Amino acid sequence: MEIVDQRSVVLSEKPPLPWQRIDLKWIIIGLSVVVVAYLGLVPLGFLIWQSFFTPQTAAKAAQFTLGNYGTAYTSVETLRLFLTSLKFSLGTAVFAFITGTTLAWMNERTNTPFKNLFFALSIIPLIIPGILFTVAWILLASPKIGLLNLALQSWFQTDYVFFNVYSIWGMIWVEGLHYSPMAFLIMTAAFRSMDPSLEESALMSGASVFQVAWHVTLKLAWPAIFATLLILFIRAIESFEVPALIGLPVGIHVFTSSIYQAIHQYPSNVGLASAYAVTLLLITTVAVYFQSRLSGKGSKYSTMTGKGFRPRPMDLGKWRYLTAGMFILYFAMIVALPFLVLLWSSFQKFYSVPSVDALKTLTFDAYRFVLGYPTLIDSVWNSVVLAFASATLIMLLTSVICWIVVKTKIPGRWLLDNLASLPMVFPGLVLGLAVMVFYLNADIGIYGTLWIMLLAYVTRFMPYGLRYCTTSMMQIHKELEESASMSGASWATNFRRIILPLLKPGLLAGWIYIVIVSIRELSTSILLYSPGTEVVSIVVWELWENGQYVELSALGVMFIVALFALVLFAQWLGRRFGVKEM
Amino acid sequence: MLSVNALNTSYPNERGEIVKAVQNVSFEVPDGKLFTLLGPSGCGKTTTLRSIAGLEKPTSGQISVNSRIVYSSATNTFVAPNKRGFGMVFQSYAIWPHMNVFQNAAFPLEVGGKRPPRKEIQDKVMRVLAAVRLDHLAEREATKLSGGQQQRLALARALVMEPALLLLDEPLSNLDAKLRDRMRFEVKRMQRELGLTTIYVTHDQSEALALSHEIAVMSEGQIMQIGTPQDIYERPANKFVADFVGVTNFIEGSVLGAHEDGGYVVDTPIGALGVVSADLLRVGDDVMVSVRPEDVVLSEQRPEGRNVFESVVDVRVFLGEYRDFQVKVGERLLLARAHPSIGTAVGEKTYIQLNPEKCVAIFGERKKKAA
Repeated sequence: MEIVDQRSVVLSEKPPLPWQRIDLKWIIIGLSVVVVAYLGLVPLGFLIWQSFFTPQTAAKAAQFTLGNYGTAYTSVETLRLFLTSLKFSLGTAVFAFITGTTLAWMNERTNTPFKNLFFALSIIPLIIPGILFTVAWILLASPKIGLLNLALQSWFQTDYVFFNVYSIWGMIWVEGLHYSPMAFLIMTAAFRSMDPSLEESALMSGASVFQVAWHVTLKLAWPAIFATLLILFIRAIESFEVPALIGLPVGIHVFTSSIYQAIHQYPSNVGLASAYAVTLLLITTVAVYFQSRLSGKGSKYSTMTGKGFRPRPMDLGKWRYLTAGMFILYFAMIVALPFLVLLWSSFQKFYSVPSVDALKTLTFDAYRFVLGYPTLIDSVWNSVVLAFASATLIMLLTSVICWIVVKTKIPGRWLLDNLASLPMVFPGLVLGLAVMVFYLNADIGIYGTLWIMLLAYVTRFMPYGLRYCTTSMMQIHKELEESASMSGASWATNFRRIILPLLKPGLLAGWIYIVIVSIRELSTSILLYSPGTEVVSIVVWELWENGQYVELSALGVMFIVALFALVLFAQWLGRRFGVKEM
Repeated sequence: MLSVNALNTSYPNERGEIVKAVQNVSFEVPDGKLFTLLGPSGCGKTTTLRSIAGLEKPTSGQISVNSRIVYSSATNTFVAPNKRGFGMVFQSYAIWPHMNVFQNAAFPLEVGGKRPPRKEIQDKVMRVLAAVRLDHLAEREATKLSGGQQQRLALARALVMEPALLLLDEPLSNLDAKLRDRMRFEVKRMQRELGLTTIYVTHDQSEALALSHEIAVMSEGQIMQIGTPQDIYERPANKFVADFVGVTNFIEGSVLGAHEDGGYVVDTPIGALGVVSADLLRVGDDVMVSVRPEDVVLSEQRPEGRNVFESVVDVRVFLGEYRDFQVKVGERLLLARAHPSIGTAVGEKTYIQLNPEKCVAIFGERKKKAA
């Protein structure tokens, strides 16, 4: 890069104009750094600051206090809160992991029938948002109105409650099921990246199948297993939908639902919420730290792979009908039942159990109601605008960031990398809280507008964008840029004409991913929306709060169908533009 | 010792089509010999090796070692790979990254059916590590080893169990050229000293020629030729072998008749050529004559004897230990390899002589191609 600078000085015949003296490169780099630091650090700082102050009222200014932490840490309630959160998150992680790993193993290493079909399952969590999945499972397994209970009760002529979703185990069940495809994807990748000759050479050494599994497969997979468990744990402890919808009504509190309650009680207690949020933040930070360390360690294990043979799938014999049955059952629980229960209830006037009588009263009223719902059009518009704007901004910003991190030798660039990845440790709700707190205090007129939500979205999903960019930036050889420089291209031209086009598939993949996750976003928006800036998932939330289950189902069905179409379109787009990984 | 009989292996590929990876392969390897399966990638050599190891289940045939049948489709016998007691070195070495050097080498002794006492494991492992000159690194993490050291560790691990048979799957292909040359001698030395019956898989013809007692050249799942390195190189049985093993000139022609000194005379575009052939040839047969560049002898004076042709130097390349010439006989280009002292300039006339003993006529290649 230095070469270009000197050259441009040597070659310019006229003395440079004032604005030419400052290299565009440095302006863009500087701007990006400032933006990233602002996005990553400011909310965090304010959150911590806020947790040490009393609520500000008209009568009394905020004062320094340790009272929030006092309230948060001296009560037995908090200990219970901590233990419940831990139980919920660990339970979810273990359940999702076991389910996902079993499926991944069946899919990768056995001859289970139609296993290829089930690979398509991996997109399910993308198209069924957490809030709808939770609602669907409440409709399926609530003790009073749950369809599964009612069906089994009439079958066995009993009033025994078979499933009770309103319990810690019910919460673990729903949350774990929702995250199991994620475990499935990660463990599938782990199974694939393992050099099969490592296992084969143990077999050739005379080890039995059990010894191979114990001494080699399991020990080698250990970093991947632990990292997966940690990711699932983080996702579970951050999750908001299940604790709020299932836990709150029956008094099972975890950190996220307690933060929400502290804000929504009257008078709202931002300080207490912040104290909880800081604690939650500490937990996720530790987990993310260990997770990234493990990933680093994992790469040491995966460096020594030859081309090797794809392992021949294990012939399960008759057992493969059992595994196929498990696949079908899983499919039913994760897609078919939740979607069908929403579909059924969306055609009802009042929520009722499927029966011949109810069949006669099928109606489109719910759809009519939802389409006529006053805030619906606005909320769809808001969701789309937010998703597209945040995805575009993030990909532009992170492409510069990751160029600096990957391609330059600027000292301190690791700091930039960490800053941009920092929002990873923010649970959605905590980020919403931090942004809310900051812009309540620093009133620059964006509180209560769409801008504050855009800001929060950009912050929240920035690490995803960075990951997509870094992966594809690594593949661009330095010489491609250098030869452009030698051809006389300036830094800006180089970036626009060489780097961005080469990054395009990675940028597009990241952009699509961010659009999809933004559209389903709930936990950050829930603290930031105000009348007029609702997004679709907030409308779902409102309908739930009002007890309008039938209307909610109708909206849910349309939401899922729209997301499904969006994912299909994205995959088509991806194939067209040569995006390899999604 | 090892006997492979009418082996067939097929498996479905990603699209579900059946791939016949190995077709009707048979060979015998005597005790203590090094036998090489040579061929381009996808020729079935690795599948054959993996079938011997028991990592692939063949579709039909029989494999026995020291008259112990490890696989037979007739009697439905299949001995699991961990019960066969063969040592194997993988192309990627498959060194377990979570164990140190000693633990890697000791693993086969620890997991086997009868576990020897600690002291004995210690002795055996250190002896085999000393044999591959890794004893001073016994405590080192396996991931900290260089490529050549990993390769030697993989060999030690395969040898520690004193296997009945040693299977080597492209063991040198991941090393750089210099190291590969050194390891080639190393492998040969160890194999000869221990007298281990060894099956060696490679796509590198010079490696195969240098190491083997016998070579089987494979293509598309079938064995093209089995023979000593010299047989394979000097008397290739068909065009594929001639082309794959070393560099060669092909000259097509048709048989004019037998020669009184033995061999045949073939009518070719460069003139009548005296050749030898392993096939029984008749007048009028289409043949392909293969002659190696080093058997095309250049001289400025017309030499005595048969198979002498006049030619013009087209291109010449200095390569240090020899000089490559491309010469033109009429319109026909031939490759010749000569001593660097031969300095005929480009465009100058020179004579070439092809030793009839080294001109190998291969029957029917051209007919097959036309059909």
